[in-house]
Amino acid sequence: MARTIRLVLSVLALLLLVSGAWLGLAWAPPDREMGDVQRIMYVHLPSVWMGLLGVTLNFVCSVAYLLNPRRTVANLDADALAEASAEVGLFFGTLGLMLGSIWGRPTWGVFWTWDPRLTSMAILLVAYAGYLALRRFIDDAERRAAWSAVVGIIIAVDIPIIWFSVRWWNSLHQVQSSPKTVDPSMVFVLRWNAVAFLLLWLVFLSTRYVIARSRRERELAPPPLASEVAR
Amino acid sequence: MTLSKKPPGLLHATWLLVRKDLLLEWRTRARANALFFFALATLLLFSFALGPDTTILQRAAGGTLWLAILLASVLALGESFRVEQENAALDGLRLAPADARALFLAKAVSNGVLLLLLGAGILPVLGALAGLTLAQRIVINSPVATFALTGSAAMALVLVLGCLAIAAPGTVYAAIASNARARDVLLPLLLFPLLIPALVAAAKATALALEGDPMLQFGSWLGLLASFDLIYWSLGFALFPLVVED
Repeated sequence: MARTIRLVLSVLALLLLVSGAWLGLAWAPPDREMGDVQRIMYVHLPSVWMGLLGVTLNFVCSVAYLLNPRRTVANLDADALAEASAEVGLFFGTLGLMLGSIWGRPTWGVFWTWDPRLTSMAILLVAYAGYLALRRFIDDAERRAAWSAVVGIIIAVDIPIIWFSVRWWNSLHQVQSSPKTVDPSMVFVLRWNAVAFLLLWLVFLSTRYVIARSRRERELAPPPLASEVAR
Repeated sequence: MTLSKKPPGLLHATWLLVRKDLLLEWRTRARANALFFFALATLLLFSFALGPDTTILQRAAGGTLWLAILLASVLALGESFRVEQENAALDGLRLAPADARALFLAKAVSNGVLLLLLGAGILPVLGALAGLTLAQRIVINSPVATFALTGSAAMALVLVLGCLAIAAPGTVYAAIASNARARDVLLPLLLFPLLIPALVAAAKATALALEGDPMLQFGSWLGLLASFDLIYWSLGFALFPLVVED
């Protein structure tokens, strides 16, 4: 059942991504100032959004895991989802940052500027890379779950502080456009691509979650009987 | 001592543990000495890397000071939990029974004190290397009132708040990393990105305390540092029991 849903989701995501690429590259009008370069927005923004969505889900799962007073084997589901969301979030966030950097070269003239949004995102990605490294380095399943939940919360709390400190430190990013200042067809294409990325995100997340769950089950399974090993 | 004696309260337990940590440190002073010379070596490395131009060194002084403290702090924090693992001393403390929150407060305070001494020790050396002078007068414009501080008082305030900012999350992460594989890599990997806001605030505030603050920015950076302290000391206090529980 779950497998069928994932298959349907994958097909839908693929269809939407391909049509979204056509909409963004051919159908939507070029930007008045930036021209065709601006079209990268249709993949840059959805990637960043999915990255942030993954990070948010990770925070929710970390809190849910720690709030549960009986942190037993069954509750490691929240931990598996935390692992999946951090990894998928890191993937999309990195993709979004790279796309943004490619967009920055023709518009700002440089690949990288020390702008608050870029800098915060980069710090965030390094922090979650540390989080995922921590998960690899702890062997005991329940300790790993509790400690990574603690680290997940500590990192999430840091996000607004990073944002403020970096904004005071340096600022340059273009003023965010709102749907009111943008041509309606651009908004439509952006939303189309956002839905496509959301479906892709769901496919990645659910696949990664299933893997994390089965790893957890294998870790916590009782050692096999001697007769089974012999076979 | 009788068995019926009640376990000490939170603050009393914290005080006993801080005294134990500092006494252990004082008896040998090996860790403090090693850290001091490590930080001095870092300062020299920075100076050589940036070149002999004193104006560059002066401008980079805030960042240099805090990077030296930050790099040394990873060693200090890691060591503070390594000594507890010998003979399973941490389990002994937990069985004593010491409140896990007292354990956090004590470790964070003693680590903070150690870093503060380190910072106070290397600051004059940096001052001599880069030819630094303290600002005459620093004005803090807070919503409540306006304060005027001398440059040295402002510098001391930044040192205290900055070292506390490293100590609280550092203690939580060191406790986690001490039980993981590859702990020497893991601790800085977790700690450095987290501390970037504190590093930015401390480095900027230090530069302002040294060069003077005509734009009245010192108060904002100090406020950011103080909020970082407040948030991570409370968070560490609340979450640390989950780290050491078994």
